[in-house]
Amino acid sequence: MEKEFNYMTGTQIIFLIVGAVTLIAALMVVTVRNLVHAALWLVATLFGVAIVYTLLNAGFLAVVQVVVYIGAIAILFIFAVMLTRRQAADTGAALNSNWWAGALMAVLTFAGLAYLLQTWSGFSKQSAAIPSGFDAIGQLGTALTSPQGYVLPFEVASVLLLAALVGAVYLAFNKK
Amino acid sequence: MNFWNDPLKVAAEWLTGVFTGWGMNTVAANVLVAFLGVLMLITILMVIDIFLVWIERKVVARFQDRIGPNRLGPFGLIQPFADIIKLMIKEDTTPAGADKVVYNIAPMLSMMSVLILWAVVPLAPVMLGVDLNAGVLFIIAAGSIGTLSIIMAGWSSNNKFSVIGAFRQVAVMVSFEIPMLAVLLIPTIFSGSMGMNAIIQSQDIWFIFLSPLAALIFLIAAIAELGRAPFDLAEGESELVSGYNIEYSGMKFGMFYAGELLHAFTFGGFWAIMFFGGYRFFGLEKVSPFLAIAIILFKALLGYWVIMWVKYTVMRIRIDQMLAFNWKFLTPVAFVLVMVTALMNALLRGADSWLYITGMILSNVIVAWVSLEFVRSAAKTEREKVEGPKQVVEAHH
Repeated sequence: MEKEFNYMTGTQIIFLIVGAVTLIAALMVVTVRNLVHAALWLVATLFGVAIVYTLLNAGFLAVVQVVVYIGAIAILFIFAVMLTRRQAADTGAALNSNWWAGALMAVLTFAGLAYLLQTWSGFSKQSAAIPSGFDAIGQLGTALTSPQGYVLPFEVASVLLLAALVGAVYLAFNKK
Repeated sequence: MNFWNDPLKVAAEWLTGVFTGWGMNTVAANVLVAFLGVLMLITILMVIDIFLVWIERKVVARFQDRIGPNRLGPFGLIQPFADIIKLMIKEDTTPAGADKVVYNIAPMLSMMSVLILWAVVPLAPVMLGVDLNAGVLFIIAAGSIGTLSIIMAGWSSNNKFSVIGAFRQVAVMVSFEIPMLAVLLIPTIFSGSMGMNAIIQSQDIWFIFLSPLAALIFLIAAIAELGRAPFDLAEGESELVSGYNIEYSGMKFGMFYAGELLHAFTFGGFWAIMFFGGYRFFGLEKVSPFLAIAIILFKALLGYWVIMWVKYTVMRIRIDQMLAFNWKFLTPVAFVLVMVTALMNALLRGADSWLYITGMILSNVIVAWVSLEFVRSAAKTEREKVEGPKQVVEAHH
């Protein structure tokens, strides 16, 4: 019993540290003046989310989070900032006069989510232990491609991405 | 179970026993033992890294018809230590206007992105950091951290050359990630798993015999990912002096350099794991885990040697050629190969193993041949555009 208790606190300590770092990094994203620094803080935030996925035993999602969000999106942000600005630093204030509206929306969203989760029956339950040899990726793949699963949303998302790709090519295409 | 069959587990259990014997909590002891294991792996890797400097210099010298380091110690073996002492006592400069924090984090991230790869490398059937079920994707994820470190180094140095070098390097890495990821799906199709250990265990026939084209594309993409010749346009000494690491001196430069060498060695290892059976060699790996480690290190060194062989033989290409080569040739070929392999695998799954191998090799040969035909016709039209239509020379009377 004591061992179980210790294990829980270990995970909880890691979760609290990671959560705090993620939140601070997210706050830095919207408050730092230097845009490249903001993008780097965003990387730290996304990395924190990846660690949370790992704590939830979702290793595949954690790796995908790093590949897609850090490897593609954050790098793209940094590229865009570097290519479009002579100086990466903005001279004006980092926050405009609507900051309180943004903060209010963030607090309301958090409160709404917290309320929704509070009413959910599984909120205070212990998660069941994952049986050994559980093929999480296989299950995910089957769920994404089986007609009983999520094949329609999956295909719709693919079509959406394809449309974005075609649009980007069309915009960049040099008509002679 | 004794030490010679499963050394890591026995050592870990013994250490945990010692720590709990000292009155330490079981959880804390487990964490400490895991931490010590990571520390040991990283230390061994760094020691290997020191000798990689020597190996690289010796092999380059042979390719260039020289002898290489030969003054300090037997075969110049003490040379790398002298190099390290020199790097350590060099002045540590920071350019004016540099972004100090980012500038100092970048070399660490660069080294880290290489070391983290070894978390999923199975050294022996029973010796591996973690048997991640998304091990194949993990390689790409670690690579994206490396990309990040390069862009950080280039930007924070406050130098035009370093920014241009970083842009080029990141362009290479981001674009070659795609054929690499596609090609990594082929061992996944053959083995039915993305975990490294499962991929090795299912290689009763080395995957290079099933899909030689995939092995070749993986090697090309790996060389590009490493930023080595012919894809070292980010360095481009004649135009960019040294590329993204131009402003770094002393051990900070050493981190990038050592990281690059270890990265090359690591990708030699991944090439061996994906296509050459990893630690397997005619059942020798079952004799002792230590033999398995020797086998995988030997195969990794062979892969590393091939990467060096390419580096010191092939010329550097231009960035537009590199991008065109990737997006117009390598990526389509990789995607077509994945689709064809998946289709063939579905068709031949239950078939005899000889039929399976023949079918796979035939499909590889056909994909390679068709794509080379495409390249030939594209090259022909390109040449005609430059030279004009061929003039028929009248015979001189």
